[in-house]
Amino acid sequence: MKLNRREFLKGLGALAGTLIITKPSISQAYSKGDAPSIYATGNKANEKVWKIYEERKKKHLPPPEEPYAVLVDISKCIGCRRCEWACNEWNKNPNRPLKEFEASVHQKPSVFDKIRRPHAGNFTVVNRFYTKDGIPLYVKRQCMHCVHPACYSACLVEAYRKTPEGPVIYNKSVCLGCRYCMLACPFDIPAYEYYDPITPQITKCTMCYDRIVEGKVPACVEICTAGALTFGKRSEIVKLAWERIGNNPGKYVPYVYGEKEVGGTSWLYISPVPFEEIGFPKLEETPIPEYSERFLFMVKLFEVVGAWPLVFGAYYQITRSRKKKQSINEEKGEGHGKK
Amino acid sequence: MGRNNTSWFSEKILMGRTFGEFIRDNLTIGNMIALIILIFGIYAMVYRLIYGLGPATNLSDEYPWGFWIGFDILVGIALAAPGLTVGTAIHLFGLKEYHHFAKPVALSSLLGYVFAIFALLFDLGRYYNLYNLIIWSWGFSSVLFLVGWHFFLYTIICLIEFAPVVFEWLDLKRARDFFAKLIIWATIFGVIIAGGHQSALGGLYLVVPYKLHPLWYSALLPPFFLISAIFGGISIVIIEGTITHKAFRHQIKDFDEEDFNKKLIGLGKAAACALYIYLILKLLDFAHYEKWHYLKGFYGFWYAVELIAFVLVPALMFTSAVRNRIAWLVKLGAVLTAFGVIVNRLNVCLIAYKWYVPFSQKYYPAWTEIALSAGVVTLLVLTYRFVLNRMPVLYEHPKYKSEH
Repeated sequence: MKLNRREFLKGLGALAGTLIITKPSISQAYSKGDAPSIYATGNKANEKVWKIYEERKKKHLPPPEEPYAVLVDISKCIGCRRCEWACNEWNKNPNRPLKEFEASVHQKPSVFDKIRRPHAGNFTVVNRFYTKDGIPLYVKRQCMHCVHPACYSACLVEAYRKTPEGPVIYNKSVCLGCRYCMLACPFDIPAYEYYDPITPQITKCTMCYDRIVEGKVPACVEICTAGALTFGKRSEIVKLAWERIGNNPGKYVPYVYGEKEVGGTSWLYISPVPFEEIGFPKLEETPIPEYSERFLFMVKLFEVVGAWPLVFGAYYQITRSRKKKQSINEEKGEGHGKK
Repeated sequence: MGRNNTSWFSEKILMGRTFGEFIRDNLTIGNMIALIILIFGIYAMVYRLIYGLGPATNLSDEYPWGFWIGFDILVGIALAAPGLTVGTAIHLFGLKEYHHFAKPVALSSLLGYVFAIFALLFDLGRYYNLYNLIIWSWGFSSVLFLVGWHFFLYTIICLIEFAPVVFEWLDLKRARDFFAKLIIWATIFGVIIAGGHQSALGGLYLVVPYKLHPLWYSALLPPFFLISAIFGGISIVIIEGTITHKAFRHQIKDFDEEDFNKKLIGLGKAAACALYIYLILKLLDFAHYEKWHYLKGFYGFWYAVELIAFVLVPALMFTSAVRNRIAWLVKLGAVLTAFGVIVNRLNVCLIAYKWYVPFSQKYYPAWTEIALSAGVVTLLVLTYRFVLNRMPVLYEHPKYKSEH
């Protein structure tokens, strides 16, 4: 009997163990082929950048004459993924040796087999697309740093800022972790530390704000030896993009992606093939914040101007009509009485 | 009153029984089922708090909003609109013949909001930062800011609307009279606040013109959400009223079934009107944005199902029920309408969201997500019953009878 009870308790313990202490094994997810960067937590880059922004604001340092931008020339990218490595290195994200990154362009199978996106532990990825003629094109993705950021307008606690230098940055200390910014972003860029139970945060490319304010270029731009990335003032970058298209007839489609999309972005792309073929969403010129602005204005109008007279008017009407009814009823009652 | 030592607790909470008696009386099959759901729900809550959203849900960077937002918030708040609709009709438009509904309606709105916000805390990654929203970090350009603040204000309004009942129960006459005078003002604020945030929940999706299927995306999303909350709220009043009047019949001494059915039919009339307005707006939106070519394929089919089976059919049911004075048809229509609101919200939030992604890669809720939501719904129902058993919601408190 004693033994039975012990076995029973043991069994119970085991059951409880499987139910309660099943910490999801990250290795399991690895074997499923998920990107390990999904599981990253405790990123410091976004926090560091925000602190620099706050300090600069306190010191009233003058903003640059003009915001900066980066031009990505897709025809020049060779898929070496050194930008990914440099980004991880500078932002202290989980990293692998540089050689592993460089090797993937020749490997089979390789990371390029799957279209990837930025996750909690990596701010930029390079994807491979094939043109109709079977030529590989490598497309770098990261935060586009919109001129009118959707994430900023979506955030209910103003955890985002568009800096005068160009980067869109994020402040985790006020963030509620509601993830509405991820929903709102037309480029699906902000990532979330899903595997941090207590202090999860949004992570995304900072355009190396911490480097820009020191007069340096972003880490990815610095390491790119293929000439695919060019950093400069936005107006000059737009001019450069159109110049390249004009000077090389037939090499590019005559379009600068990001010049006008959702009101313009700080990362601009030129490409030898139409942008729909290499994973870029087709977007209108209307900035995303405008969609909600119109509505917010209507609500304010309704609440501040429209609703008050409406409600009070209705209330007044009702009390008056009620009094009328009462008096009519009384009259009727009297009439009946007379008959 | 033989015993002097009857404590407040056993009098008010255990309803005059000892603790043992109370437990014994509650050992019913229904309660056992509720307990099992609660165990799974609480397990999911604890799991979420310890391990985070990644392990506890199927959410990802591609699908930041899942079942918890879709069901607990979008569906939950829409169906917690009885206070907005019927409460307003009673207090503001003087439909005194419906005043029996006033207290249950205030209670269901209050509990709906409280539990929706409770569930939301599990979805927020940094729930402990929530005070930021109220105190000092204001994102005026955000629709979600509007929603958050309006939830906060409306919960207070619901508390005021229900406070007199609580004070009648506690037998505090002065507090009760104070809040009873406030009700009319709370209701006026309530119309504005509730109208604002019900539409703002639709407004949340205005920022995703490229991610939400064009059949569902519309500049009219806010009015769609507002009007569907109105008929959803009325349906809930019908359903809830039917259930409570069956289950708590012993509390209502002078229950007049014919009169009650007449009121249900009146509610059905209002729901039918709202449904027709909604349908006309939907068709206008469909024609204006020339969405004809989207009608082929799964999404077109599903859109047609939503509009015909869950809007047109219940509208016709209500119409027929009102014209032929059939109470059971009103109840059936209410169930279908409420279910239709659930379908619509889940469509916007989950199914039509990122419609270009193949179904194999879409988001499907994890069992923990459903367990948590089911647990919260169970808690809501249990709390509702707890209050109905104790407080003078369905009947008039004998002491305050003359004052209504």
